[in-house]
Parts: sequence; C-alpha cells; structure tokens
Amino acid sequence: MTALINLAGLLLIALIISWFWLSQAGGRQRKQDATVSEASVIVKNGVYDPPTLHARAGQTLTLHFDRQDPSPCAEQVIFHGLGVSEFLDSGKVTTVTLQNPPKGEYRFTCQMQMYQGRLIVD
Amino acid sequence: MASYQLPISGATCKGCARKISSALTAVPGVDDVQVDLEHQQAHVSGSSALSEAALQDAIAEAGYAPAEQHSDIPAADSHENPNADRSMQDISLNITGATCASCVRTIEQALRSTRGVKQAEMNFADRTARISGTANATTLIKAVEAAGYGASEMQPEDDGSEQEALEQAHYRQLLKHMWLGLGLGVPLMAWGLLGGDMMVRPGQPSQWIWLAIGLLTLGVLATAGRHFFIGAWKAFRNHNANMDTLIALGTGAAWLYSIVVVIVPGVLPEAARHVYFEASAMIIGLINLGQALEVRARGKTSAAVKRLLDLGAKTARVIRDGPNQQREELDIPVEQVQTGDHVRVRPGEKIAVDGEVQEGESRIDESMLTGEPMPVEKSVGDKVSAGTINQAGTLIYRATAVGKDTALSQIVALVKKAQGSKPPIGRLADQVSAVFVPTIMIIAVISALAWFNFGPEPRLTHMLISATTVLIIACPCALGLATPMSVMVGVGKAAEHGILIRQGEALQTSSKLDTIVLDKTGTITEGKPAVIAILCADGQQENTLLQLAASLENGSEHPLAMAVLREAERRDLTLSEATRFEAINGKGVTAIVNGQRYRLGNQRWLESEGINVSLSSDSLTQKGATPLFLASEGTLLGIIGVADRIKADSREAIARLREAGMKVIMITGDIQASADAIAAEAGVDEVMAEVLPEDKANKVKALQQQGRIVAMVGDGINDAPALAQADVGFAIGTGTDVAIESASITLMGGSLHGVADAMEISSATVRNIKQNLFGAFIYNSLGVPVAAGVLYPFTGSLLSPVIAGAAMSLSSVTVVTNANRLRLFKPHRDPS
Repeated sequence: MTALINLAGLLLIALIISWFWLSQAGGRQRKQDATVSEASVIVKNGVYDPPTLHARAGQTLTLHFDRQDPSPCAEQVIFHGLGVSEFLDSGKVTTVTLQNPPKGEYRFTCQMQMYQGRLIVD
Repeated sequence: MASYQLPISGATCKGCARKISSALTAVPGVDDVQVDLEHQQAHVSGSSALSEAALQDAIAEAGYAPAEQHSDIPAADSHENPNADRSMQDISLNITGATCASCVRTIEQALRSTRGVKQAEMNFADRTARISGTANATTLIKAVEAAGYGASEMQPEDDGSEQEALEQAHYRQLLKHMWLGLGLGVPLMAWGLLGGDMMVRPGQPSQWIWLAIGLLTLGVLATAGRHFFIGAWKAFRNHNANMDTLIALGTGAAWLYSIVVVIVPGVLPEAARHVYFEASAMIIGLINLGQALEVRARGKTSAAVKRLLDLGAKTARVIRDGPNQQREELDIPVEQVQTGDHVRVRPGEKIAVDGEVQEGESRIDESMLTGEPMPVEKSVGDKVSAGTINQAGTLIYRATAVGKDTALSQIVALVKKAQGSKPPIGRLADQVSAVFVPTIMIIAVISALAWFNFGPEPRLTHMLISATTVLIIACPCALGLATPMSVMVGVGKAAEHGILIRQGEALQTSSKLDTIVLDKTGTITEGKPAVIAILCADGQQENTLLQLAASLENGSEHPLAMAVLREAERRDLTLSEATRFEAINGKGVTAIVNGQRYRLGNQRWLESEGINVSLSSDSLTQKGATPLFLASEGTLLGIIGVADRIKADSREAIARLREAGMKVIMITGDIQASADAIAAEAGVDEVMAEVLPEDKANKVKALQQQGRIVAMVGDGINDAPALAQADVGFAIGTGTDVAIESASITLMGGSLHGVADAMEISSATVRNIKQNLFGAFIYNSLGVPVAAGVLYPFTGSLLSPVIAGAAMSLSSVTVVTNANRLRLFKPHRDPS
C-alpha cells in the first residue's frame, strides 16, 4: 500500500511535468487551422480561445479579442517580447494590431499570466 | 421525397455554411442540407410536404437570401414603428458574431436592404457599422439580428460608464458567491470550533447529516465556485494551469476526501474520518470575497485614465450653413463634429475638439493636460486642444482633429499603452509566474508524500490538509500583480502632472539617474530670445546691420533668427530678397543679398572662413547673450547680441534636482562666455558650451561611458539624437504634442520641475513595485512551507486550509491596495 501511494504520487508529479511543461500537443491541436493575418480570440473562463495562433513573419497581424469574462484578471493582454499590450473592455471586442512581428514564438498572457496563449510567427 | 436547389447570397466561409445549414435543418421536414459555397446554392432534400417558400424564408432569416427576398424582413419591421424618426441621421452599431469578410457583406446587405437606409458600411476591424438614412436604430438592430448576427447601438462616447456598470455587476455577483460560500462554511466551522463532532461515525444518523452537508457543499462548489472549476478545466485542456487550477484542486480535494469519508468510511482508518466540507465552502467564500475587494481596488488604479476621459466635452456648438444660406448654430454630440467645422466656445465651456482659432481672443486653462497652472492666451491662429477650458471671451475655432485624433485621445491612448508596459524589475516575477502553478502542484504532492511516509497518524488526514493548504495558500496573483498595478497607478499619476511616460522601462531608469543634461534654449531658458544690443563696426549703422541680418534669416524658424526678425519688424525695417540661402547647422547662415554674399553666425565659423573678427563680443557674452557675427565677404560688419531669459522657475527646479543628488549639466551651442553667464544664473554644476547639435549625442555618450546614468532634457526635435542616446530622454514643453518619439518621457508643461516630478514619481513607483514584489515573494516563500507543515514539529498542528484561503484572498488585495497608495503621492515642489 505504501509503495502504491508513493508510486501514485511520483506518477502524478511526472504527469504534471509532462502535461504542463513538456507537452504542448493539445495546444497545437487547438490552434487555428492556418496562418492568418486576422483572427478572433475569445477571452472566457480563464483561457484564450484559440490558445495558439499562427502568423506569418513580416505581415501585420490583427487580433480581435472578445472579452466575455468579467474577471479583472482578463482586463489586459500582454504580448511578451513584442512590447505590445492592450486593455480589453469587458463585453466588447478590442482590436490589437501587431505590426510585422518578427519570426519567433511569443507568449501572450494577462497581467498575472494566468490566461496564457502562444503566438507562433513563422 | 422532394429536393430543392435554392439560391443563396453572401456566403463564403464555413461559418456562413453552418448558419444556413442549421437554419434549413430547423425547417420541419428537412432531412439533408448541402451548402455549395462556390455556386452560392443550397441543396435541400426532405419530405414531399416541404414548402419552398419556407426554405427561402429560413435562408432569408439566416441573412443569406438574394437581395430581392431579403428586403422584406426589416421593411416589415419599419411598419411596426410608425413614429420612427424620419429625419436623416447617422447611426453607429457595434456588431457581434462577425468572423469573416463575407459576414461583413451579409451585414451590409441586410442593412442596405432595410427601408430608409441610404448608406451602410461595416468596419470589420473594430466590428462597427455606420449607417446613414432615416431608419432608426431599433430597425437596424433587428435587421442585423435577422441576418444572424448581434448588434447594439454605439453610445455617443465610451466614457467608461458601461464598463463601470459591468464591473459593478461582477462585483455584486462575487459578493453573492461569497455569501453562499460563507453562509455554509461559517456555521460548519463554528460547529467544529465549538467542539462539535467533525468525525463520521458509521451507521449513526450523523452520517446522513454529513451526506446532506456534503451535497450542500457540492451545490456551493457548483454555483459560487463554478467559475474556478470551469476555468481550471479549460486551462487544463490547453496544457495551462492558473489560479483557478489551484483553487479547484484545493477545494475539490477537500470535498472529495470528505465525501469518501461520509460514503465509505470503512476504507479509512478511524482517526482519518474527519470531514472538511467547511474548508471547501469557506475557501470558495473567502476567495470570492478577495476577488470582490480586488475589483473595487482595481477600479481606483485606472482612475487617472477615467479622469482624462472625463475631460472630453459631450457636445459642441457648431456653426453651419442653414437652409437659407444663413449661418446657424447647432449643439451637436461631439462625435458628430467633423474636421473643418467651425465651433463656438463660450466662457467656462470646454473645448470640444482640437482646432485653430479663427475669431476672438481668450484665455484657456490647459492645466488638465500640461500641468501648467497659468491659463494661456489664445487668439487667431493659435491652436486649442480638446478637454481644455475656455476661461474668458468667446472663441470660434476650426476643427483640425476629431475623435481618436485629438491630442486628448492620443494622451489617453499613450497612457493606457504605458500602463500596460513592464519595467525590467518585474521580469523575475514574470519568469516565476510562468512556472508557478505547476510548481505549487508538485510541492503539494511532495508535501502529501512526505506526510504519508514520515508523518504521525492520522497520516491520510495530514496528507490531505498539507496538500490542500499548499494549493490554496500559494498566490500567483500577488506575484503577477505586483509590478503592473504599481506601473498603472504610477504612469497615471504622472499623466495627472502633465508627464507622459512612454515605457515602463523609463520609470525604472528614471529612478536610477545620476546626471541630467539640460539643453539651454527652450529648456532652461524661455526659448524666445530677443535682440538686446547691436555692436557696429566702424562706419556701420544698427538698422543697416539688422536689416541685412533679418533679410538673411527671413523665413527661418530658428529661435535666434526669430529674435532678429522680430526686432527688424519692431523697427519697421523693409527686408531685401536673399538668394542662394544656405544654413550651416550649428554655425550660421549665408546668402546673397543685393548681389553680395553675407554671413551671419558664430565667431569660430567666420574665422574659419578667413574673416578677421576685430570686434569684441565680451560685453554681450557677459550678459549671457549669444553674439551673432555679421560679415560681408571678408569684412566683419558688426555683432548682434541675442539673449534668452531663463524661465522663472528654472533655478528653483535645478536646485531641486541637485538636492536630489543629480549632477546638472547645461549643454549649448553658445560660446563659453555667454553659456557661463546663463549657467551661473541657473545654478547648474557644469557647462558644455559651443557644442554643435550633432555632437550633443556624443557628449551624452561620453558621460555614459564614464559610468553615469544620464537623462537628456530638450525640445524633442532639435535634440532628438541626444534624447535617443540618453538613458532617459525628456522632451520638454511639448504642449499637447505627444508625438515625440525620440523621448521616453514627454513633459507637456515647460517647467523643469516636470523633470524632478517625473523622477520623484518614478522613484516612488519603483519603490512601490519593490514593496509589492518583496511582499509577494515573501508571502509565497513563507506561506507555502508553513502550509506544507514545516512548523508542525514546533506547533504540533498544521495550518488550516481556511486560514490559507483567507491569507490568499487578502494577499492580492494587499498588492492592489499598496499600489493605490501611489495615488496619494505628491511631487515635492518646494526645495526648502
């Protein structure tokens, strides 16, 4: 019994590491279908939907954030590494324009980094 | 069995196809629907009783009917509103549900086919539609809704009231959830504290009571805690973990353990048959309370932007041509004012949009934008800015910028943008935040295992308490909020004093400055020099010299040239035409006047051109004047002394900067002697004179190479390279011109006190961030080990998950409240 519980605990740790840090497969499946220059992102229930966006380098990317979540955590979106942030009005669509983002992978999050998304520019 | 082929219109994406398909499938008798986007057709098969008209109606209701069918829908509606306003008007709608370009076409088509609509255009970027015609808003909204989208009338101006109402609603909902959680949790906890039995005794009636309480707690989790569980699940599916994850895991684990105890107590040792329903309910209640308090406190952090938004006028009195070619004055909503409109503003009224004065004279209070307390005189040709207040006299001005283009709107946009930027000090917290939640989950498991392997009995209970408490006490919010909240309040506070901070980084660097380089002209001095004396060479006359100098400088906007031109105008001198004009940056100007080449510039340049400068300019330089040497071909004709007064408060502000430990350096293109005279009057530490404009950046660089952290203060245009080179560039006295890209901080007022104010606000903000970060790090790094039970050997008990919940909910409120303290900050303007 003791060994079983210890094994279960270690397995749980391995699962946490694998699911949250090593694997992003689910996120990739849920990304938008193709590279876009314009996309809508719904901000609701603690997540960005879709959580992963693909864009082409050298193109202006226009994102429409539809904030349906009244939680103050959702009030701002920050694109790390691009120096872009925007306040999102509750119940409204806010347009964020990224001028020619360079190639790379960028995180976009709320102020507290609880809402997390990825922008892949290639 | 029947099949139909129906024409559709405006459908180009899968979303449109889905809409059409679901509209048709909803028609009774339809078995199968295929939408052919390429040929704009829908193929429908179904029972023979199907009516084609019903299918066409379904397509029309979905908004994809060919135009002739579609027009009936809104038209019918217009009959419902016989009293609708029939005058021509512009209506703007917010559109929802539009996801592709073809949606735009569908919506535009729906609007255009509405009776009374003259023109309809939709802007996909901001999801708005603008409609001109006689149709009223209700009719238009129904037309959009009939097309399968949502619409609401755009409010004349988003002054934040809608947001406030939503925040209020959210606040009330959080409080309701708090009462639900605490309503169950407090009596349960009181029962436990007052000696009530929290253990489950198998076979006794109390087991049933605990089951009922367990179900009630589940009800609380499913209502008041619903958003945590949904958030946690959605984040989990995206391989993310957030605060909701911690709360859902903590409260879920406590409930699950307790319900196992209630339902199958036999699987657990007797000592471990304790229920923790009160912990689940209390934590949910307390965290909702914490979030409600946070909503309240956060509202205050954006007070500065709200105040700026409130500055805007709601209406404007425009002067337009009436039906009989007579000018008539109309009070219209400010968003309907167009560029080129003539607007009348009466004493005490706000300027509605940016403009240029066409008639009248008045004084305008611009303090709300520039921080300058003194009203500014305005007359024909002067610029006025939206949001400022006309004090005396009536003005008529021509609108030059409206809506998002006004200086006020740009200031608001700039402040909002800066409020979202982070200084480097927050990067560590960012890095920690990114891995925080999974790390805490791992710590919770390790803690549980440690208690299981090494802890005393009841081990299972200890496992549960320690893991739950670790999950609940950890607060990623405090960490994540520490920097942005302070930046938000600090940047807003600065804006209230006419200081626009572009980047969070500038906030941090400003607090570390040790050297300030001040440009002389326009920064220390008024920037409006005047001719104070003219020294003539033998045989020359003052007016002849001035006339020649003014002819050379005619058309130039250099401050020294303006002084010469003003003096020539004052003396009523007639200027001659100058040809082959050439301006040599930092040296002077040369041109041909009356067939002869003249030069007007500094001594060094003239000497380098081989001109013998026989006159002494000492008497001018001793007065702080800049000597302008005038020469014809190889002969010096005379010297014009131009002096610029130092600003009334420059000396006081420089003393304030020096008191703050800054080394204050004045930089100027003036010759050493006149620079020294100004420097002595201003009270700076050091003077860099005779510096060419392009060398200013090099001087700043040289100071940086000495290890100094340098701020450069200049006008933002001539000094752009130096401002960009400096660690922090301050553009001073820009008025409402906020588009000074080279400066990281723009001072809309002209006073040097703005530099000192900006530094004080920056220091206070960085101090506040440090306090927040320190508090958040300490809280988490002490709280988590205590929750895991490191104090158990000394105290003999574990931290209650309820206490952890209270601590967690208060920690983020504390951060926001501490950031709000910055709102009380006042710059220290009195150097004594």
